[in-house]
Amino acid sequence: MTEKKKISICELRQGQSARVVEILGGHGIAERLNSMGIRPGKDITKVSTSFMRGPVTVSVDRCQIAIGHGMAQKVMVEVI
Amino acid sequence: MRILLMGNPNVGKSALFSRITGTNAVVSNYAGTTVGFTRGSMKLGNEEVEVIDVPGTYSLEPTSKAEEVAAKMLLEGDVVINIVDATNLERNLYLTLELLEKGVPVVVALNMWDDTSHRGITIDIAKLESLLGVPVASTVAVSGQGIKELVERIPEARSPKPAPRTKAERWAAVGGIITEAQTLAHRHHTWLERLQDASLQPRTGIPIAIFALAASFFAIRGVGEGIIQYITDPLFHKLWEPVMMRLSDALGGSGFWHDVLVGRLLDGSIDFSKSMGVLTTGLYIEFAIVLPYILIFYLVLGLMEDIGYLPRLAVLLDSIMHRLGMHGYAIIPSMLGMGCAVPALMATRILESKRERFIVATLISIAIPCAAAQAMIFGLVGAEGWQYVAIVFGVLFAVWLVTGLILNLSIKGFSPELLIEIPPYRLPSLRGVLTKLWIRVWGFLKEALPIIMGAIFVVSILYSLGVFDAIANFTAPLVSGIFGLPKEAVVAIIIGFMRKDIAIGMLAPLGLSAGQLVIGCVVLTMFFPCVAAFVVFAKELGFKKLLAAMVIMIIATIIVGGLLNLVL
Repeated sequence: MTEKKKISICELRQGQSARVVEILGGHGIAERLNSMGIRPGKDITKVSTSFMRGPVTVSVDRCQIAIGHGMAQKVMVEVI
Repeated sequence: MRILLMGNPNVGKSALFSRITGTNAVVSNYAGTTVGFTRGSMKLGNEEVEVIDVPGTYSLEPTSKAEEVAAKMLLEGDVVINIVDATNLERNLYLTLELLEKGVPVVVALNMWDDTSHRGITIDIAKLESLLGVPVASTVAVSGQGIKELVERIPEARSPKPAPRTKAERWAAVGGIITEAQTLAHRHHTWLERLQDASLQPRTGIPIAIFALAASFFAIRGVGEGIIQYITDPLFHKLWEPVMMRLSDALGGSGFWHDVLVGRLLDGSIDFSKSMGVLTTGLYIEFAIVLPYILIFYLVLGLMEDIGYLPRLAVLLDSIMHRLGMHGYAIIPSMLGMGCAVPALMATRILESKRERFIVATLISIAIPCAAAQAMIFGLVGAEGWQYVAIVFGVLFAVWLVTGLILNLSIKGFSPELLIEIPPYRLPSLRGVLTKLWIRVWGFLKEALPIIMGAIFVVSILYSLGVFDAIANFTAPLVSGIFGLPKEAVVAIIIGFMRKDIAIGMLAPLGLSAGQLVIGCVVLTMFFPCVAAFVVFAKELGFKKLLAAMVIMIIATIIVGGLLNLVL
């Protein structure tokens, strides 16, 4: 892939890996994601699909984090 | 001296606490098991020192009530044992650096050490120690490995006090440390990890969840009933009844003290569920009827907690819970509420917003039957047939849904987003499961027994004074008119305020029809939590919130009880 597109983790397919590039939204959200290891520059893998706007689960540093749908839409990544 | 145990959620602080103090603390496999702080003490050299198990936190800038407790506690500690999950060094070290920057003396316990090798993680402890500038000891808190060495190194706790960093600088520093001290190797998926993923994917996870919950429900009812039928009830009849009959004879078969202690004789003999004596019905309800359900409920819950299932359930239910003004993690206090509302209301501290805490706490108080209420439901309605039990639980579930929907729509604000760590599945240890069961069952008996005995004592006095007749006549229009219950049932409803299970002894003698029993059980469950839950609600959320919840409770109970009376 030459062109890198910024998408939210909601749009990732199950099993796809990506690098976090930006966390949109307020300071509070970025802070909380940050303290759980999700911050720009980190590689994540989407673990589960969500349904009915359920949470998105990603694995980061061998640890799984479930992120509510609304918050997940603010986690922007580039597919790697 | 005061030692604080601090670390990220679910790294084993409580397990380590139990190990070094010999005090039992509830240990589970999910973030937020400890919401208050538990104190204990240990011998360090010749000195007796205080040890505090602090709720888990990801950083010293708190985002929930439980994390706030943690940040505040830091000011009162002399030494911090920072417990670090060795399988997730990077994220855990962030808090370590924050602690060091605060200038408190720290010892690091590299916990879950046994998990590192099969996960392909190698950590150079000597290197880590020199990079952090504080002692580091590897531990396995659940088995006790390395605890002695850790304790020996507490006096070496140091505070290198690095200059305060910005967040980015701190993460960079963490990155630097792990590149030097940790190496990761590839490894294969284990069957536990496959099961882990399967129970998280909606497609496979929802059937698994339905199966797990249904199996739990049937196990609890089946085993609970089995214990009653084959163990506790026969024990009371064969061993305790003769003793009580002798006491009855000694007291002359009637009179004030006879009625208080032994209760009224029915056809010349004791009926354990109806006589209402402190030593007959009081002990029988608690030990023969409620205790079996408490035992099996907490065993099943403990297994689910220790395996690490609950956070997965939280993820699966998140989108539904959102419509009720909560997020998925609210399932944890709600499930605890099926045991007892008191720890459940305290567990609402793991939720971030006040609004959500209020909704969850109100729903726990109204629509979630605690073990005592379930014992009442099974005991009273169960005898009439399965379908009636199903109606009671179905109605309560509907009340939970509808009340949640209404609260979500009518209270200003929005439900916060879920953000939780999903712990790996762990095989529970027998010792761990049994210890926790013991803590909870003992806690239950200690709380419940004095109240139920006291309540039955008060009831017998009020009976003999004729107070209940006056109340029954006064409230007859409500109780008979709306709920279709005989006016004497009001006594059960009032006494249910002290403890729900006593109502078994009060409704049983009234000879109610199946429909009336269903209404009675639903009304009793919904109407006012017991006095202990009442006090904790006020303590946790404030008196105003409690009043609001009570108004909701009364309105909901009247509507639901009235509707059921029309239908049944």
